[in-house]
Amino acid sequence: MTVVIKIISITGLALNIIPALLTFNDIISFDHYKILMLAGTLMWFLTAPFWINRNQQKGV
Amino acid sequence: MIDKKSQVSLNEGSITSQLDHVNDFEREPVPASRTKGFKDFLALVAGEHIAGTEFVIGPLFVLHGVSATAVIFGLLIGNILAVLSWTLFCAPLAVKTRLTLFYLLEKIAGRKLVSLFNAISGLQSTVFAAFMAIVAAGGIVLMTGLPNQSFTQMQPSHFSWMLLIIVLMALITFISISGIDWVTQFARVTTPWLPWIFLASGIAVLPQLGVHSLSDFWQVANTKIWTGMPAAGMEHFNIWHIIFFSWLANTALHIGLQDTFIYRYAKRSWYGIASFGGMFIGHFMAWIASGILCAAAIQVGIGDPTPAQVAMIGAGIAGGICVIIAGWTTANPSLYRAGLAVQGIFPNVKRWKITLLLGIGATVLGFFPGVVSKLDSFLAVFALIAAPVGAVAFMDVYLFPRLGLQQNYSYNNKGKTNWAAGGSWVISIALSYLLFVWLKLDFFFFMAIPGWIIAAISYVLLSKLMQGKNEQAEILIRVR
Repeated sequence: MTVVIKIISITGLALNIIPALLTFNDIISFDHYKILMLAGTLMWFLTAPFWINRNQQKGV
Repeated sequence: MIDKKSQVSLNEGSITSQLDHVNDFEREPVPASRTKGFKDFLALVAGEHIAGTEFVIGPLFVLHGVSATAVIFGLLIGNILAVLSWTLFCAPLAVKTRLTLFYLLEKIAGRKLVSLFNAISGLQSTVFAAFMAIVAAGGIVLMTGLPNQSFTQMQPSHFSWMLLIIVLMALITFISISGIDWVTQFARVTTPWLPWIFLASGIAVLPQLGVHSLSDFWQVANTKIWTGMPAAGMEHFNIWHIIFFSWLANTALHIGLQDTFIYRYAKRSWYGIASFGGMFIGHFMAWIASGILCAAAIQVGIGDPTPAQVAMIGAGIAGGICVIIAGWTTANPSLYRAGLAVQGIFPNVKRWKITLLLGIGATVLGFFPGVVSKLDSFLAVFALIAAPVGAVAFMDVYLFPRLGLQQNYSYNNKGKTNWAAGGSWVISIALSYLLFVWLKLDFFFFMAIPGWIIAAISYVLLSKLMQGKNEQAEILIRVR
């Protein structure tokens, strides 16, 4: 289950950068880019809390 | 920018277990078995220097009329100098002593002086909390459609701004008093996400400024982003301002040695090089990206954009969320830390009372949104205060044994206050300020390095004087 959640999180992060590159290269519009950024942000925040703090607690 | 490892989480509900965590080797050297490898450090410090402040600093460079060459090369040189400061000063000392700066200072200077320094750090954190609440409030204003508030104007232009600050600071103060554990955990979630928002926004708005391929960038950078022309009422900054700002924005952490808190866990002294990741993500990429966003805002007619306007132009609602989260997750631990620090000077007053008072102070400061445009000056003043403290500790650890001077004076003299340390601190700040006025400089950051050197020299001289007198007094007592 954690693996699936992590994949969604990482896809969310990817959606926070790839659309910017597509906009820069004039492949998608700026409005579409903003929608994808919001989608990526939501994907990250709805999934990352389930695994990220578990990993952090093992740190320094 | 923000010292996130000091965002210590305390929860009133589980205070004993939390305190156990907080006091982890706070008054003893970190044992070799608990030291960490390089990879751990890289992961730990990579996200350390990206916060709400980055939305303020990048645009400040644009508004101060910095040229494109000055920004790129200034940030490159300044950030390399900052990394070297961690690598050559902070990390080696941390690995040698394995102590936090505060405990080391207590051994050197005595509890009274440490409490005083702690309290000043606390007040700095309070001001910082107010700054970040203003940044977050700017995001809320834009997202909710409340009347817009300019950040270059000192006075609030709408009553709704004051009301919003009161509500936001009340919430921040309440959370700081009752426990910030979940805020800290939430901040850990935001750290990997923030850099992408900056990077994506910076890239996505480039076509709006006329950049359609990499070859267009330099020309647009010079003519539309960092034009070299300051905004009305702003002083002109050149490459030296950028070098010193990017080098010394974290003075307290590197040459001020507060990052010993984290580097005392390093296996090797060269691990300070790990700061490269944090610096070049937060203080290079993010400052350049937010500068580009500021130029895009100016192009659409927003002359003095707020951090929220900058972020929303670059990433829409995701940008607005970014500003609110970055501001709020920085403001909360800042006020919490301030309460703890100031309590050091009034140990008999409850922490919640102190935090409440500081929260009220931060609220009043938050009424004046224009203070955010003074962030660079504020950081510079604190650099001037923090640099001498690092110099005292550095001299005590490395030079005193060679000069035959007694190290850890207070610890070895039954907790006596080390007035040589206190004196050198005052001399350094006073002389630096006089030099600043005499040389008619326009940037306090220029004085942080001279301040460090003045403190180092005066601490050695005053210690020689003080310890020599003590020896004479001891000989006299023995003769009698």
